Amino acid sequence: MLLGMNKTLALLMWGAVAVFGAVAVGAVALHRGEPINALWLVAAATCCYALAYRFYSKFIAAKILVLDGSRATPAERLENGRDFLVTNKWVVFGHHFAAIAGPGPLVGPVLAAQFGYLPGTMWVLAGAVFAGCVQDFVILLFSVRRDGKSLTEMAKDEIGIVGGFVAYAAVIAILVILLGVAALIVVNALKNSPWGTFTIAMTMPIALLMGVYLRRIRPGKVLEVSGLGFVLVLAAIWGGRYVSQNAVLAPMFSFGAPTLAILIIVYGFAASALPVWLLLAPRDYLSTFVKLGTIALLGLGIVALHPTLHMPALTRFVDGSGPVFAGKIFPFAFITIACGAISGFHALISSGTTPKLIARETETRMVGYGAMMCESAVAIMAIVAACVMEPGVYFAINSPAGIVGQAPAAAAATISGWGFPVTAAEMQALAHAVGEQTLYNRTGGAPAFAVGMAHIFSRSLGGESVMALWYHFALMFEALFILTVLDAGTRVARFMVQDALGHVYRPLGRTSWYPSILATSALIVALWGYFLWQGVKDPLGGINSLWPLFGISNQLLATVALCVATTIIIKTHRAKYAAVTLAPLAWLVAVTFTASWHKVFDSNPRVGFLAQAQALAAAPATSATGRLIFNNRLDAAVTGILVAMVTLVLLESARQWLGILRGTREARVREAPFVRTRLVEEEG
Amino acid sequence: MKRILSVAGTLIAALQEIFDEAAYARFLSRSGVASSGKAYAAFRREFEEAKVRRPKCC
Repeated sequence: MLLGMNKTLALLMWGAVAVFGAVAVGAVALHRGEPINALWLVAAATCCYALAYRFYSKFIAAKILVLDGSRATPAERLENGRDFLVTNKWVVFGHHFAAIAGPGPLVGPVLAAQFGYLPGTMWVLAGAVFAGCVQDFVILLFSVRRDGKSLTEMAKDEIGIVGGFVAYAAVIAILVILLGVAALIVVNALKNSPWGTFTIAMTMPIALLMGVYLRRIRPGKVLEVSGLGFVLVLAAIWGGRYVSQNAVLAPMFSFGAPTLAILIIVYGFAASALPVWLLLAPRDYLSTFVKLGTIALLGLGIVALHPTLHMPALTRFVDGSGPVFAGKIFPFAFITIACGAISGFHALISSGTTPKLIARETETRMVGYGAMMCESAVAIMAIVAACVMEPGVYFAINSPAGIVGQAPAAAAATISGWGFPVTAAEMQALAHAVGEQTLYNRTGGAPAFAVGMAHIFSRSLGGESVMALWYHFALMFEALFILTVLDAGTRVARFMVQDALGHVYRPLGRTSWYPSILATSALIVALWGYFLWQGVKDPLGGINSLWPLFGISNQLLATVALCVATTIIIKTHRAKYAAVTLAPLAWLVAVTFTASWHKVFDSNPRVGFLAQAQALAAAPATSATGRLIFNNRLDAAVTGILVAMVTLVLLESARQWLGILRGTREARVREAPFVRTRLVEEEG
Repeated sequence: MKRILSVAGTLIAALQEIFDEAAYARFLSRSGVASSGKAYAAFRREFEEAKVRRPKCC
């Protein structure tokens, strides 16, 4: 009787969530004309996540993955107190979320806001629920069942040697492109900004101080010293205002884009090649501390202050003529937003540290599916931050000089002509309020996000007078963790290259052999440094070319991950449920292959690399023409190679699927043998 | 109250894991040494080998 009542109550409650969710999604999707409140986005997202977690992830867990709480995980079987360790599920959840939450879910949605708030919101919600969360969840579980093997190892074991090689090459390619784009975002955020540059420069002595504190004063007290470092960073932000207004100090911290690019390249090499844990490890902790705090603060701020979105649901740029990046809503909105919806990079983390910490298979649902839902919620916050600004201001910040011109009056006139009124005086006042000389042409997404965040917080916490502090806090937060991604990513790529070269000449694989360290560090930094330099010198601001390239490579990696997942599902005789991974795989193939085709062959020079090379060749030559033509052809070749490699994986996977379904191929999975868990026995 | 303490305890444990304090405690227990500057340096050396291979997402 009681059970029946509980069931009825649950049914009523979930029914109410579904109805409210439908109303909220309807309001977001159908509302036109008047500005909409951000709480509608929050309500739609909360209901979608709750329903998806309760029903869809449970269905996947029960019918496809058949999670088995009695099966010992590698954390239990191989426990060594280091990599493999039985860990509390909430602790693993926090650890996993801290690893997957980077700048991507903040920057991508800000850039895609040029289409309006609707496309980004819908893709973030649907993409996360049906693709991103599913990918992270299934890859995590499959890795747990294979002793914590990496994605590249699983691709080799389950699809074949081609799958393994392509996954490896795709990881290196995505890392190189990602690092180049990430560095470009930092350059664009800090160029000619003495306040921002001073704050970021100060994080180095602060990190060194933290390192000394950890080594000499209170060994191992990382949380304590991170709190102290955070207070010092706040002091640096406050001091930055003084630096930016001082006639002697301001020029010392004011750099153009090329100088900043060189400084970042030198930093990347030093971070990879030198034993500088005294600097890097504390900075990593500081970055994580600031990141988790800021995300929590932003979430609370949006709910508490529920700002109004001024960006329309859809803008005129759905036709592909957008100034932030060129290309139509399909496929470009879907490759611009990766991390908030689906990111191949997450598959690396789901098959990296996390599977070695999971205590029970049943916890993979909360950690894999649940953490990605939180990442998606961060992307929703970024959409809100971008869309609270007046659209004219948003486009003035994010449009490159090559599109709107250098002069403030001309840029304001161009943007107003698009139907998004803005004046030069308004932009000057805003720049003054946030402590910058100008906010025009600050492409890359980070400055726009910082302005949006400052706008949200300054309304209730300190007003206009502290807007500059909030802006520079947001800028510091983004630049700090992008630089952390840069040094960690360069080291990861260096180790991968060393591992591969070790097969050719053994000493090259030794991570302690200095000639190898220097050579491989130089190679990786040169590769991403080239993309960074290309972006800095690009008259269209670099983001137009490089962000789509990054989005394509990231989503192609997700394609490889979903191929691995589908292959395993078919091998375990659950082909009737294969649509759960096949549908997002088909969508990603459609999106990435279409986007790649456009980026290579589109006749619009702002979209197609080859058309742009052709247009440059036809125009009057300058000293940069030859280099720009080469860069466009190189980008086209990189895109083509990535697509060709993933096509090979798709064909190889399809061959496996057909063979298994026809019964001509043995369905042999490479899972670790079943061992009953002691944890259950002890509890029982 | 018990529930609040339990949630706070889990939150602190998660932060200690994220910030490697828990890994350092395990290192001390495994090595049978007391916390010191020297022990922390040894922990960092051992930890770096594994840590640098961990990718961080974009």
